[in-house]
Amino acid sequence: MSKPTSPRIWQLAERRYRLIGTKCKNCGKSFISPRKICPNCKSMDLEDILLPRKGKIYSYTIINALPSERENYGPYIMAIVELENGCKLTAEIVDCKIEDLKIGMPVELTFRKIGEESESGIIYYGYKFRPIS
Amino acid sequence: MRDVAIIGVGMSKFGELWDKQLRDIFIEAAIEAINDCKIDLKDIQALFIGNYSAGTWVQQEHLGPLLVDYLGISPKPAMRIESACASSGAAFYIAYMAIASGLYDIVMVGGVEKMTDVPTEDSTTFLASAADREWEAFFGMTFPGLFALMARRHMYQYGTKREQLAMVSVKNHKNGSKNPKAQFQREVTIDEVLNSPIVADPLTLLDCSPISDGAAACILCSSDIAKKYTDTPIYVLGSGQGTDTIALHDREDITIMKSTIEASRKAYSFAHLEPKDIDVAEVHDCFTIAEIIEYEDLGFCKKGEGGKMIENGETEIGGRIPINTSGGLKSKGHPVGATGVAQVCEIVYQLRGEAGKRQVSNAEIGLTHNIGGSGSSCYVHIFGRKKR
Ligand SMILES: [Zn+2]
Repeated sequence: MSKPTSPRIWQLAERRYRLIGTKCKNCGKSFISPRKICPNCKSMDLEDILLPRKGKIYSYTIINALPSERENYGPYIMAIVELENGCKLTAEIVDCKIEDLKIGMPVELTFRKIGEESESGIIYYGYKFRPIS
Repeated sequence: MRDVAIIGVGMSKFGELWDKQLRDIFIEAAIEAINDCKIDLKDIQALFIGNYSAGTWVQQEHLGPLLVDYLGISPKPAMRIESACASSGAAFYIAYMAIASGLYDIVMVGGVEKMTDVPTEDSTTFLASAADREWEAFFGMTFPGLFALMARRHMYQYGTKREQLAMVSVKNHKNGSKNPKAQFQREVTIDEVLNSPIVADPLTLLDCSPISDGAAACILCSSDIAKKYTDTPIYVLGSGQGTDTIALHDREDITIMKSTIEASRKAYSFAHLEPKDIDVAEVHDCFTIAEIIEYEDLGFCKKGEGGKMIENGETEIGGRIPINTSGGLKSKGHPVGATGVAQVCEIVYQLRGEAGKRQVSNAEIGLTHNIGGSGSSCYVHIFGRKKR
């Protein structure tokens, strides 16, 4: 019901595929989402950057009550990951045993399928993170 | 600015109201508020209605004209206000301003949500829209998931115990068992909370407020005419609003809600009051961890000591500052758009001494705290039996 449609996927596809974020040239803070104004220092001098591909788990949860897009999947791990430059983002953690999860655990980016529009529609991709082996 | 008083309040039963429609539920609450102050319908000059997402839950938008028509006062002004689970906290804020400014003398403010007409997994999806759709929900984050992240981090930073979270649920169910309008009118034990199904680890089903139907309504007027309608007007002493980032991951520290700090400090200073002056409060316990964080951010205890505060029984009826005497969102129910005004109703009952078995003795000053999303928006209102 809330599945994104093709235009909405395309608008952000490159950012999600390549982990492009924005960085404030004035204060140095970076953000996962595209921004024109820095919420930290109010500067309008921001640029797109490739974000670091490694980070650590800041907090995590295991989702057992599934939203409608995920009703055919089992429980999955979601986390806030803090990248090496301090930028935080929300992502699924994969290839990880639940008993190994802990705050501070090092993780790295992996490119995965996120979902699909419908059986005949487009498949959409993006980042997930996995423990650094 | 003029002083504003509440002269009438009303609430529908909260729960799974499968045999009723959104408009029925709202009118039920509205009629109760009208009868409460025996006001002539013709005297109500406008309607402000809080609602989060009737368009997705019952495919009905444009609630302003719909509900003012059923209230029988069309063509008077009516508008619907949205701020996720703080929608009717926001509506109250705007209704308050409308009277304080002198634009109107008497208005109705209400809130309504009908959430049980769709399967639970659809409701979970709709609620995720209160977070960042593209950078949180897209990747699979749910609303309980966001609060679970806060809970785990709070436990990590402050040593808050899982059992302390459960105690919030136990307390609120105990209070809700004394509220005939609550969705759940039974007590639960710590073991029941810990052993109920996991929703988003570490939060279980009994850490989460339910999916509910319900409505609430208040009638506000300029304080100089309040005594015409009631012997016990309740005055609005302070009101404040604040926001925080929409995405939880953009916060420096997810155990703090800056929106609550901003809104409450504004409200306290407006009312010339401090946290210690509050006798009773209704706070936004959508998840047990939220109530613990709010104790801290509202200034009822030091940062990190919310867990101890619940454990010491300070927030029980009879404690230092009774919180969520109605049962809170957890036990009374959480029809999201109705919650903010329903909190106001409970504080009015408490300050008038009409709260029955859950009455707090000698309550003079009360506070409501209503958040939307993961604390992305917040409304705090302070009420008193006497004018400022
Ligand atoms: Zn900056």
